[in-house]
Amino acid sequence: MKILVLAEINNGELAEDQTSKTVSAAATLGKVDVLCASNQCSDASTNIAKMENVENVLVLENELFAQSLAESYSETLIDTLKSYSHVFAPSSSFGKNILPRIGGMLDVMVISDVSKVISEDTFERPVYAGNAIQTVQSIDKLKLISVRTSNYSAVPSTGSANIKKIDCKGNNSLTTFVENKMQTSDRPELTSAKVVVSGGRGVGSKENFEIIEGLADKLGAAVGASRAAVDSGFAPNDWQVGQTGKVVAPDLYVAVGISGAIQHLAGMKDSKVIVAINKDEEAPIFQVADFGLVDDLFKAVPEIEKKI
Amino acid sequence: MKILVPVKRVLDYNVKARVKADGSGIDLANVKMSMNPFDEIALEEAIRIKEKGNAEEIIAVSIGVQQNQETLRTALAMGADRAILVVATDDVHNDIEPLTVANILASIALKEGPSLILCGKQAIDNDFNATAQMLSAKLKWSQATFASEIDVKEDILRVTREVDGGLQTIDAKMPAVVSVDLRLNEPRYASLPNIMKAKRKPLEEVNPADLGVEITQRLKVIKTKEPDSREAGLILENIDQLVEKIQENVGG
Repeated sequence: MKILVLAEINNGELAEDQTSKTVSAAATLGKVDVLCASNQCSDASTNIAKMENVENVLVLENELFAQSLAESYSETLIDTLKSYSHVFAPSSSFGKNILPRIGGMLDVMVISDVSKVISEDTFERPVYAGNAIQTVQSIDKLKLISVRTSNYSAVPSTGSANIKKIDCKGNNSLTTFVENKMQTSDRPELTSAKVVVSGGRGVGSKENFEIIEGLADKLGAAVGASRAAVDSGFAPNDWQVGQTGKVVAPDLYVAVGISGAIQHLAGMKDSKVIVAINKDEEAPIFQVADFGLVDDLFKAVPEIEKKI
Repeated sequence: MKILVPVKRVLDYNVKARVKADGSGIDLANVKMSMNPFDEIALEEAIRIKEKGNAEEIIAVSIGVQQNQETLRTALAMGADRAILVVATDDVHNDIEPLTVANILASIALKEGPSLILCGKQAIDNDFNATAQMLSAKLKWSQATFASEIDVKEDILRVTREVDGGLQTIDAKMPAVVSVDLRLNEPRYASLPNIMKAKRKPLEEVNPADLGVEITQRLKVIKTKEPDSREAGLILENIDQLVEKIQENVGG
């Protein structure tokens, strides 16, 4: 068994939480190597080398990988992959973009969104928006696994792995990067935050979302949103929590004006404590909430913010 | 140009999935089945591209059981020009894996020669999010996943992608495989006259063997179980109680 983890690095910046949790999932099977492919690797590789259970950090520094485009990344990886039995990546937009392409190139099925590594060939993963959990056994020689990182804790930074430069070949004549419009925020990252405050359709407008953001800032929380709120333009797409958005499992999840469609619950029901505020006492969100308050959010949320 | 749109028949979006008592899977007998919502968005986009004069023909493909022809009739009623049904199994519980689906679609693509294949980013049943990427790799075409905006510029597609930190725009050379995200468009409903017209549109039926593809299963499903359920908790009486609960659990 030889295990490789693909570190998520965006334009030189390591997605530390996602990568560390992926290492944690992979390390249930043994020591791992981590591939650090980006346009700038020095900071990222230093951080990865400290992650417990990492043996080697393979550094592939090239402008080609700045945006982790699927074609350049997978072409280059094919050679490196040959000596591994398992390749893990976070189940983020990075991992979901790249791993299945590698699978297509090598004729290997991908095992997406793994919530539990049971053995070297057996894994658990949610299906039907988390309404069922499937145990699957892979017969492929190479296992390609994307990890639902909210199910794992980050590894401690007590390791000291070797850093090795590796060579790169490959190019990308198919796609070119044009631009990124990334949300910048001082708030914690949604998928790793200890507290998340989310708003739904009930919030009513983009301006009203400031109520949600105000409470989030008071609590040092990340801001999330339901699909209904994102579709209505109240919140940006990268705030969406749910089956097709981000999956979160914070210590505290505060759902405001969210009815609780199964697709939303799929993204947050593993939170430790769920608090729901909704004026409709029949809202399904109360079926999963530990504490509920039936009240008008426009009255309740500012008052809560004041009292905390 | 031609556009190929694969459409999957899945348990309807509004129906709650029930795990079979023997743990062998989800019960799909006598439940409402519909077109995968992401595939509807892909098809809608194909129709809009055609309406703008940037495509001549839209071919819808569905892979699964004989009844998938209902899904294809819906696609034809929305605006696809013709349909291909690949009968890959006779049991609706037998989900065809994305890798096999990609092999079948690659074989059809080589025959039909589309410039663009528009896929839903994931099926809401198995939630794999893999077919478009695998297909793109098999064809060695360019790949643009999670599209929220697509602009056709001669032989280049400018695609805005929904990624974790926000939005990323890339240019993809055609032929290309694009997977679509929720916010690309809102699919139309088929009108009654179009539903009637769809009955006369061509629907061809083929077997995987005709396409030179073997149905394989790389992931054996050992068990399907209900997730751990959460108990409904307390409904609090006032804001002060809620403030107390929030404070107990912040940083705890």
